[in-house]
Amino acid sequence: MEAFIELDGVEKVFDVRRRAGLLRREKSQVRAVDGLSFTVARGEMVGYIGPNGAGKSTTIKMLTGILTPSGGRLRVAGIDPARERTRLARRIGVVFGQRTTLWWDLPLKDSYRLMHRMYRIPDQRFRENLERCVELLDLGELLEVPVRQLSLGQRMRGDIAAALLHDPEVLYLDEPTIGLDVISKAKVRDFLRDLNADRGTTVLLTTHDLTDIEQLCRRVMVIDHGRLMYDGALAGLHEVGESERTLIVDLERELPPVVIDLARTVRVEGPRQWLAFPASQSAAPLVSALAARYPVMDLSLREPDIEAVIAKMYAGRSGQ
Amino acid sequence: MPSPEPLAVEPAGRSTATRSVELDAFPTRTRLSTLTDGLRAYGMIAAMWIRSTMTYRASFVMTTVTSFVVTAFDFIAILLMFTHVDALGGYQLGEIAFLYGAAATSFGLADLLVGSTERLGRRVRDGTLDTLLVRPAPVLAQVAADRFALRRLGRITQGLLVLGYGLGTVHVEWTLLNLLMVPMMLVSGALIFAAVFVAGGSFQFWAQDAAEVQNAITYGGNTLLQYPPTVFAKDLVRGVTFVVPLAFVNWLPALAVLDRPYPLDLPHWFAYLPPVVAVLCCWLALLAWRAGLRSYRSTGS
Ligand SMILES: Nc1ncnc2c1ncn2[C@@H]1O[C@H](COP(=O)(O)OP(=O)(O)OP(=O)(O)O)[C@@H](O)[C@H]1O
Ligand SMILES: [Mg+2]
Repeated sequence: MEAFIELDGVEKVFDVRRRAGLLRREKSQVRAVDGLSFTVARGEMVGYIGPNGAGKSTTIKMLTGILTPSGGRLRVAGIDPARERTRLARRIGVVFGQRTTLWWDLPLKDSYRLMHRMYRIPDQRFRENLERCVELLDLGELLEVPVRQLSLGQRMRGDIAAALLHDPEVLYLDEPTIGLDVISKAKVRDFLRDLNADRGTTVLLTTHDLTDIEQLCRRVMVIDHGRLMYDGALAGLHEVGESERTLIVDLERELPPVVIDLARTVRVEGPRQWLAFPASQSAAPLVSALAARYPVMDLSLREPDIEAVIAKMYAGRSGQ
Repeated sequence: MPSPEPLAVEPAGRSTATRSVELDAFPTRTRLSTLTDGLRAYGMIAAMWIRSTMTYRASFVMTTVTSFVVTAFDFIAILLMFTHVDALGGYQLGEIAFLYGAAATSFGLADLLVGSTERLGRRVRDGTLDTLLVRPAPVLAQVAADRFALRRLGRITQGLLVLGYGLGTVHVEWTLLNLLMVPMMLVSGALIFAAVFVAGGSFQFWAQDAAEVQNAITYGGNTLLQYPPTVFAKDLVRGVTFVVPLAFVNWLPALAVLDRPYPLDLPHWFAYLPPVVAVLCCWLALLAWRAGLRSYRSTGS
């Protein structure tokens, strides 16, 4: 398969000055990205995850040409982003979850009209794309509303549409679901899935919500300290990370800690108990075994959180 | 598409072999198309800002009127001064009005067109420049058009009025050459001020709170040029001629038109240099801008 995004030993080093006394300043370096190599094929949808400060946003900024790598080789669609940023801009779409590109005081549709002209999108194409986004992202009622009056979730949907009107070949999303409610999240995910399937748009998605990745990406890349720690399917990540899911059980009354083969009890608080079991294992047998032997009132399941998975995996891998 | 095989990656050592240094950073697109793209983007963004300000129509009218009144008072102060004195630094009121109007108009034009570069520091500090960098349009055009404000027309209007008054009052033989000097002076002057704005803006890539320095040179320079050079110390005049060449905005050409000697002993043809100086300044400003943009490092979040 054709490699669409190519990184070979890419590095980004930031010089930072820290105050080390009243007047003296100490210079030091932060290796935000440290010898990163991977390729993404055209049409892939890849989750790009890692703990805070891992270097995800920095990678995306280098892929879009915002930042120039300190070393290594980087190509997107055969173009060196830092050198030909403006030329590449026509072919990529970017959504920064923390930052809007929409015009604050103007109705949403005005921002889209600017995109239309700035990217020189053919009229017909623009109309089709806008219609599609409006329908799938549920923007119909919002087009006439000034952006400053939109809620966070509405604005995010507006931003995603804005990034796609010019038919980019690749879409970078840096935490697109941050702060969204369940319904908005679902809408955004459905939209991205369709986009990838119907249009073959390559998608690189950064998130702290594991569900985003579970529902969207076959492939996930984990980075930490600017290095690639894992590249493969999400299921494999759970195995590598030896992560655990937690079943929260409400019993009818206070009982001594539950003893059961499939899980271990990690916490007891009155009638409520926490049972941990491997994430790779189904919860069904555990639930039935539990229900057969204990007076269970209520159950809830907690997925391992991404940070814990990564932290565990990282610790396991480097043997620290 | 086959599902990718799980592949655990060893934390790689620093690869030095692939560290590529590419120096010949010439864009494949021509300069000319960059310029037209820039102007086009500028126009579109400026139009968006005009529309944005129109959403607060009352506030727009208020600030425009205020801006006009404030700048008008600026010249009224000089008029009041002339009720007590006949000349300032050896110059009559009409001549002062000529100098004042030329400087104010040039400055007003530059301020209208690229004055927003003074806000660059904020965008660098909070990282919102990122969103401009992913657009298919030159960043300088986008930054210059940022918060484009028609209210700045107030200053230009005032400048033109004072200039008109000056031109009508001074005793000058209006030869073709003298007539041509006036538009040449205004255009070159606007370009020189624009270059100072852009250079000052570029400086904010490194020092995000340098807007003060920039203001001192632009706004301060404008005020300085509104008076004849004879009222200032020679060293200051030298600095304004050779270091930050603001003297080419109006002093040198206007004094030639008025047939007045320039306080520094300069050859006569210096009066015709403003276009050359303007082009040179713009070129230097663009270099500074590019260097600044290259050093941009965004923010951590
Ligand atoms: N402009 C900058 N100047 C200095 N250091 C920076 C800059 N940008 C990022 N860093 C540093 O680089 C490292 C990686 O940052 P980056 O923003 O890429 O992390 P991230 O993976 O996106 O984290 P998060 O999940 O918190 O968004 C961090 O240690 C950060 O402090
Ligand atoms: Mg980030």
